[in-house]
Amino acid sequence: MSASFTRAINVLREQVDASVASFFSACTHCGLCSEACLFYTETGDPNYIPIYKLEPFRHLYEQDFTLAGRVKHIFGLSPELTDVALAQWSELVYDSCTLCGRCAMVCPVGNNPGAMVRKLREGMSVAGYAPDSLVDATQRNVHLGSAMGVSYKTLKAQLIHLETDIGLTVPVDVQGADYMLLLSSMEIVQFPEFISAVTRIFHQAGVSWTISSTAFEASNSGIQIGASDIAQQIVERTIKGAQALGVKTVITPECGHSYTALRWEGPTLMGKPLPFKVRHILEVVDQLHQQGRIHFDPNTKDTRPLTYHDPCQIARQGGVIEAPRRLLNAVASDFREMAAHGKMNWCCGGGGGVSAIERADPLRSTVFKKKKQQIEEVGVHTVVSACSNCRMMLEQGIEDNSMDVEVISLTELVADHLVSVEQTVRDVA
Amino acid sequence: MNAFATELLLWVKGPGFTIAVIILMLGLSIRLMEIFGMKAPDKLVYSQSNRQSGSGVQTIFRRFLIPKGMLSRAPGIYLAGILFHIGYAVVFFLFEPHIALLNNLTGLNWQGLPNSVIDFVAVMTLFSMIVVLVCRMGRRAMRFLSDLEDYLVWLLTFLPLLTGFVAFRHVLLPYTWALALHLLSVELLMIAIPFTKLMHTVTAFSSRWYNGDIYSRKGVMS
Amino acid sequence: MFGTTKLIKALEEKGVTRRDVLKFCAITASVMSLPAGSVRAMARALEKAQRPSVVWLSFQECTGCTESLTRSHAPTVESLILQSISLDYHHTLQAAAGEAAEAARLEAMKAHHGKYILVVDGAIPLGNPGFSTIAGIDNLSMLKETAKGAAAVIAVGSCAAFGGLPMAQPNPTGSVGVSEVVTDKPVINIPGCPPIPQVIVGLLAYFLTFGKIPELDHLNRPKAWYGETIHDRCYRRPFYDQGLFAETFDDEGAKKGWCLYKLGCRGPTTYNACATLKWNGGVSFPIQSGHGCLGCSEPKFWDGGGFYQTVATPFRPTGRIIAITAVGAAAVGFGVIAANHALKNRAHKAHEPVTVDDLE
Repeated sequence: MSASFTRAINVLREQVDASVASFFSACTHCGLCSEACLFYTETGDPNYIPIYKLEPFRHLYEQDFTLAGRVKHIFGLSPELTDVALAQWSELVYDSCTLCGRCAMVCPVGNNPGAMVRKLREGMSVAGYAPDSLVDATQRNVHLGSAMGVSYKTLKAQLIHLETDIGLTVPVDVQGADYMLLLSSMEIVQFPEFISAVTRIFHQAGVSWTISSTAFEASNSGIQIGASDIAQQIVERTIKGAQALGVKTVITPECGHSYTALRWEGPTLMGKPLPFKVRHILEVVDQLHQQGRIHFDPNTKDTRPLTYHDPCQIARQGGVIEAPRRLLNAVASDFREMAAHGKMNWCCGGGGGVSAIERADPLRSTVFKKKKQQIEEVGVHTVVSACSNCRMMLEQGIEDNSMDVEVISLTELVADHLVSVEQTVRDVA
Repeated sequence: MNAFATELLLWVKGPGFTIAVIILMLGLSIRLMEIFGMKAPDKLVYSQSNRQSGSGVQTIFRRFLIPKGMLSRAPGIYLAGILFHIGYAVVFFLFEPHIALLNNLTGLNWQGLPNSVIDFVAVMTLFSMIVVLVCRMGRRAMRFLSDLEDYLVWLLTFLPLLTGFVAFRHVLLPYTWALALHLLSVELLMIAIPFTKLMHTVTAFSSRWYNGDIYSRKGVMS
Repeated sequence: MFGTTKLIKALEEKGVTRRDVLKFCAITASVMSLPAGSVRAMARALEKAQRPSVVWLSFQECTGCTESLTRSHAPTVESLILQSISLDYHHTLQAAAGEAAEAARLEAMKAHHGKYILVVDGAIPLGNPGFSTIAGIDNLSMLKETAKGAAAVIAVGSCAAFGGLPMAQPNPTGSVGVSEVVTDKPVINIPGCPPIPQVIVGLLAYFLTFGKIPELDHLNRPKAWYGETIHDRCYRRPFYDQGLFAETFDDEGAKKGWCLYKLGCRGPTTYNACATLKWNGGVSFPIQSGHGCLGCSEPKFWDGGGFYQTVATPFRPTGRIIAITAVGAAAVGFGVIAANHALKNRAHKAHEPVTVDDLE
């Protein structure tokens, strides 16, 4: 038995709690979770049935934590969980699960397979069966501070660039600011417009905010690969940065997993409550809008037919469902809801670290059919979303399928429709 | 003496029932302690929640319904599954002779349904269970997941219904036989509960609660 | 008493007309689903029949069967036929006593060897032979001896047929029914506590008419009378089908004559003719007088649970068994919890922080 396998078994044992025991003992093999998982619906491959992806974990639970399993084990009636089995499950646990949690919405007995895949990844990563590209991303995240290797220098360059563009200053390392904004590497590199948008919105609302030069990175590969110790290290950086500046609230950007990582996993990873509130950027912008601190011109609404793609980690796994719709309806006149939306949205296919797994590219491309079909059903050429990873995945899928669809950020859309009160008054006059 | 049906009836009413009760009690208690004696899920996640309490209870009830968009994906298993569960409960709890039995054992009493209604529900339930089996053997995902236990549990669930129906309708078998086999099949079902996926009769509720509690803290009514 | 008088003559002497006999034959034939012509055949047979010699042995019994068969409020054809047979030995009814009585039995057995009918009521103890004796002869020996030359053996009453009350748990005398002892010739069971008089007499009439035993079921009961359950022929059956039950003996349901299932009626599992022939000359039967059937004609009816619990109600396990089970469950359960926690703690202690280098 290899040392890494022994460690993996240990780590998996640590993951077993009453909810896991309840879930495994409740499964009736009805297979309905498969109908909620786009990896199954789009491929028809039964290996991708959510509960089946958990076989090694169920095996371990039964073997180690049930009386019947222990007895069977003593009498050699059930085969032991092996290192080989873990290795074989790598694809099922990583490539074909985006941790989107849609299965958890439909399971008749209330199981949460997605959450258990997250737990199973803890063992898989220690056993050394995480995909190489995901391991690389995690190493960059730890060693360089960012999964994509973006340093503060890169960010600084982008900030200078956009500051001249919009004529506003982006506050960095402001002591005692109310809010501290985190950014994903992807936003810094690919979508710096997001930073401009937030700057303009906060400027109009008069929000006291800042970016930390030491803790600006939102991404947390630790929770994607399933290594809580590493995830904890990354959360700790954010905590240190926030505490150094004394901020009250940390805002996660248009990035799905970093929201879950900080707000929902953060306290568990740290073993204590966080010293600040965590809010998603959409929650904050929606609140500013409701408080009347930002204004949109009701006469210049966006008239394009558009739809909203709920990022799984923000909507279903995060609870930010109403805010984007309130904002969209405030700035657009032809917002069309996809049939499955909100807590029942279909994943873009690249969440949960899958977008970083190179070997999963063909599979991801196959399962994009679902999103393609959804977009075509609502008949729009504009898809709004609030996660840069989703945006990347959507854009890639759209390109692969030669679709005539544009993907835009909701925060950017909102910023584009800001008008100052003075201007509104002038227009009316 | 060739009074096997009577002997069997006496055995299932006496020692058989006692054995079944002992195994059910022992098995169920151990299983429940084994499951809920584990560490509770981490509650630190609540510290970032806007909500004071979860709505696990809401999810327990909501999961009796079909999630939006799912019916068309699996109409057979949803309809047959729901009908069979409801039918089973109705026949078990609202058939007057069952109420009399439960009354004799527990002292509780309630109003049942006319036998004509029970008859209809029983036929519907039998039919639904056959549809469930057809789904299990016919639907790709379900067939893939199914192992021997799934088919065995189906049979153990089906037999009490079938033998009960035979006894109720006075068909196929003399009543004494039908009653003896009915009680025997119920006892086999009781024994199977703690050691099979029939545990979901209990843990479906706790699982829904865990699911609903965590999601509602995040603001999602799962 | 050992005359060979024609049976019919003996009846006429008691004031029974031919019309009465025909009527009896018609009813019996109808109950037994015999073809129409058999009524006359049966009447003719009864006219010609010799008074058959009957030896009646009473073992572990209460005399209730004899009471049932001999006593009626009005003299019926059945009771008269019974009285008209040549009852050569019946220690309750016969005048002779002691050694004279035993002599009568032996004489009848000799005179009618191979032809007499042996009727038995009461169970036979297989334990200590001294548990039940007649004239110093134990029941088992007497039964074996008497059965040897009998043309047919009729076990009357549930004790003789199935062991009945003497065999009820814990069966202290090791009682059994006749068919456990007499295995070399047909034993016809007429169970009931007591059986319906019409049935025993009807059986005799059939035997006299056709010279053979009627069709029997798996418990050796004549199918004609034991072919259907009380429940199937019960006049309250429609209430069962509608789910209308009396909950207590004095509620509205009871007053309206609803089904007595919930009050423990054993009708569904009891095969007997009570619901059709009824008792006391067709006046009533237990269910008609407001009490559920006890299932007295079924094997082990004493051991089938409380008479006022439904036929399907299992016996409640004793508090002792429940308590032992609960303690056992708690012990094992806590053991499992402790083992699970120990395993988790070991895993926790063995945890070395995972670094990125561990991932490869």
